Amino acid sequence: MIPTIPQARLIKWSYRAYVTLFFVYLALPLSVVCLFAFHNSVFPALPWEGFTTAWFFGTDAPFIGVFHERSILRAIGTSAFVAAWVAGLSVAVGTCNAFLFVRHDFRGKGFLYILMLLPLIIPGVILGISILVFASSVANTLEDATDLWFDGLRPGLILVILGQFSFITTFTTLVISARLQKFDLSLEEAALNLGATKWGAVRQITLPFLMPAIVGAGVVAILMSFENFNTTLMLVGSDSPLTITMFDKLKQGSTPVLNAVSLLLIIISALLGLLSLLFQRSKG
Amino acid sequence: MASDKSKLGFYLLLAPLLLWLVMLIILPHVGLFAVSISEKVGIREYETGFGNYAVFFNEPLYWRTFARTAFMSILTTVLTLLLGFPIAYYIAKLTRGRTKTTLFLMCMIPFWVSELVRTYGWMILLRETGVLSNALQYAGVINGPVEFLYNDAAIMVGLVYTSILFMIVPLVTTLDSLDDSMIEAGYDLGGNGLTILREIVIPHAMPGIVSGCIVVFMLSLGNYLTPILLGGKDSLWFTGMIYSQFITRFNWELGSAFGFLLLGLSSAVVYLGLKFSGQSLSSTMGR
Amino acid sequence: MTATADLECKMLTKDFKNFRAVDHVSFDVPQGSFFSILGPSGCGKTTLLRMIAGFQFPTSGDLLIKGKSMIGVGPNKRPVSMVFQHLALFPMMNIGENVGFGLRQRGVPKSEIAARVARVLARVGLPGIEERRVDQLSGGQKQRVAIARCMVLEPDVLLLDEPLGALDLKLREHMKIELKALQAEFNTTFVYITHDQSEALVMSDNIAVMNKGRFDQIGTAKELYFEPANAFVAGFVGDANRYEGKVTAVNGSVVSVVTDGGISLHARAASERPEVGTLTQIFVRPEAIQLSLTKPDVADGLNTSERIVDSVLFNGANSLAILRNVTSGETMNVALPQTGAFLGLQKGDTVFAHWNPDQARSFPVEP
Repeated sequence: MIPTIPQARLIKWSYRAYVTLFFVYLALPLSVVCLFAFHNSVFPALPWEGFTTAWFFGTDAPFIGVFHERSILRAIGTSAFVAAWVAGLSVAVGTCNAFLFVRHDFRGKGFLYILMLLPLIIPGVILGISILVFASSVANTLEDATDLWFDGLRPGLILVILGQFSFITTFTTLVISARLQKFDLSLEEAALNLGATKWGAVRQITLPFLMPAIVGAGVVAILMSFENFNTTLMLVGSDSPLTITMFDKLKQGSTPVLNAVSLLLIIISALLGLLSLLFQRSKG
Repeated sequence: MASDKSKLGFYLLLAPLLLWLVMLIILPHVGLFAVSISEKVGIREYETGFGNYAVFFNEPLYWRTFARTAFMSILTTVLTLLLGFPIAYYIAKLTRGRTKTTLFLMCMIPFWVSELVRTYGWMILLRETGVLSNALQYAGVINGPVEFLYNDAAIMVGLVYTSILFMIVPLVTTLDSLDDSMIEAGYDLGGNGLTILREIVIPHAMPGIVSGCIVVFMLSLGNYLTPILLGGKDSLWFTGMIYSQFITRFNWELGSAFGFLLLGLSSAVVYLGLKFSGQSLSSTMGR
Repeated sequence: MTATADLECKMLTKDFKNFRAVDHVSFDVPQGSFFSILGPSGCGKTTLLRMIAGFQFPTSGDLLIKGKSMIGVGPNKRPVSMVFQHLALFPMMNIGENVGFGLRQRGVPKSEIAARVARVLARVGLPGIEERRVDQLSGGQKQRVAIARCMVLEPDVLLLDEPLGALDLKLREHMKIELKALQAEFNTTFVYITHDQSEALVMSDNIAVMNKGRFDQIGTAKELYFEPANAFVAGFVGDANRYEGKVTAVNGSVVSVVTDGGISLHARAASERPEVGTLTQIFVRPEAIQLSLTKPDVADGLNTSERIVDSVLFNGANSLAILRNVTSGETMNVALPQTGAFLGLQKGDTVFAHWNPDQARSFPVEP
């Protein structure tokens, strides 16, 4: 059960074998995705036809690599645009929320806190359709009343950003609150005592302290935005982010160019993930 | 602290929170409910009523799909718990220092990668021309190519894969906080592995088990990608039905009703899970 | 000793990767006695205790309980129980379930468990608290519940791993007496490890002083205090002033020493007599030193010296004066008499100190 308790050898080894098997299970799908990114064939399937990097750099059909495939490049650009907006908005609102929940006591705080957690337990598809339905009915009402067009409220990037923002903010709030809770209020009091203004103390003392959490939350927000599918699916218009583009291509039948994109995604996500962990760990 | 200035600061902090919650969470769901109880009687003419819900209960395809989705999600939850608990225990109690961090990171990495990529990996593995089929042919277990994709087992494999991390992380956290001396004391007083697991380890890990189960169940229930891609066209997953009502059939009223039913089921499970274990949403989710 | 000892260790050794935690330790503990293992942290006492409990396996040597070897016997099969450092009461169970845990493992019928739990809780002075949760108890009550949880199993040996360490001073003083009383009440063999000498001195029938994996001395509290076997024991058990110097003469059992500061001191050699010219160290207890305001009319060779008061540390009955030797600058701690005399001493006053060489010990300095 724990290292200090004697254990039959058979049990110990079968336990270890199970753990090993589990990690193989974890690694298997990602490994094959990476492997077939270098497959010299138009199908990411066996038999193995040889090694190539054409799916990254190729220019001749059918071997058009990621870096020359217009639709994928455009989708990556769209995803980055959405992710930047979502990360910026959700970190800003999350920081405000953290200050509100950690520093202030007010009536209905507990209720608002529960409400703030709700996006965690609402399925992404539902979140998507509810925003879709609401935005459309607002647009309908406004258009009937004013005879103007409100395209921003129709499926499109604005709704995608709002939809992702609506649940990612909960995560940023939790990450930043956790760090703010650890902040020793007497540091801010010391700054006030030394003649700083309230805002000056927050800016010079508290925000630098929060920085690791803010950056960490931003990275998490970018990751979640990049890989979000369910909410985005319901709100997407003509410009589709990467996951949606890949999904459409996948339904039509896949070529190893998708593996190449996936490989890049795996590398970037792993790097970003490690980065966010490092940032949240640094300075305790 | 009750000066006018800090009052102003308070409202400035409150405003974005309220704007977010009201405009993006509360009103949309109220709107969703409103649409779900309106029935189309003519062109741009609606009546209030529960007709859409009646359609759901009268059409076996709909409620059977709903029940099937719920059942498969429960199965996923049970499987992830059974498969994930030994792993979490191993990471939390049987490894230390760098090994522990490494194993934990190895569990996390697949989760950072887009679900689409993970599912795509399973497609490459399981399809007729895929790795598994070829490997088994090579080993002589099967004679011709076999399609492992587009069945319920494939959906299960994918769902467990996608959600097992959400079981392992809370379990590792709670098991980590169990002092080794508790287990030693259990042995010292004459207990064996089984009784200690039942009387000490599992009761201690209960908060982690509950929050893991809730999250995994919700994620499976609301999943769209995995069942559609691994289960094929006839995967019969409820989110797929919602999608087709909204996007393909353009029947938003019925789609909203479906959405509300799914939301109701997921909320009910969360509520019951918390009640059953005597915990609050903040303590379970606000990790 | 005619009956077999409850616990017997023979040349017990435990090696870790790069050091030896327990080094050929042998001892036995007779039935019903309170045995303490006293040593600084890192001396190997916890490893020794965990070997007795079965959480660690000796590299060599043998360990017997009631005459039966415990090598290869799992911790859940040994007739010993352990009170853990932080008690390890199960927070997921109430007090009754905690105390009844061991009996449930043995498959004792439910009604009997309830009766036995009630009985043992009454014996530790906490009747009727079965329904309470662990976090509703005070520190002292938790101690007693932890002991009850072990004693309900009627173990041959009860092991205690510094259970008083986490308590505040007042409660610790109280629990020392209580533990001793509980041990007498149950008449079970207790093996207690601690780094706190006063816990060991107050409670134990026998104490082993452990240092660097070895037992330096086993004896009663009085023996350790008055007849320490070596310099480590003399320095570790009780307070002592320590001086180092060269041996100038050996007269019978009395050794004369000149310290680095040039002061001549006399003390009894503890073991074999040292050679003239070798380095030696002398230990004098603060309470062995006599004070007088005028030059005492005593014979030479009683370590008389004139000293200046550096400071007076008032601490009730344990008040101390720190005295400095004018010529050498060495300081000595002297216990002030409990009568209250000398409490009027001021910094800078001149006093005379002397002690009988019989009450000081000299040990060779280990290279």
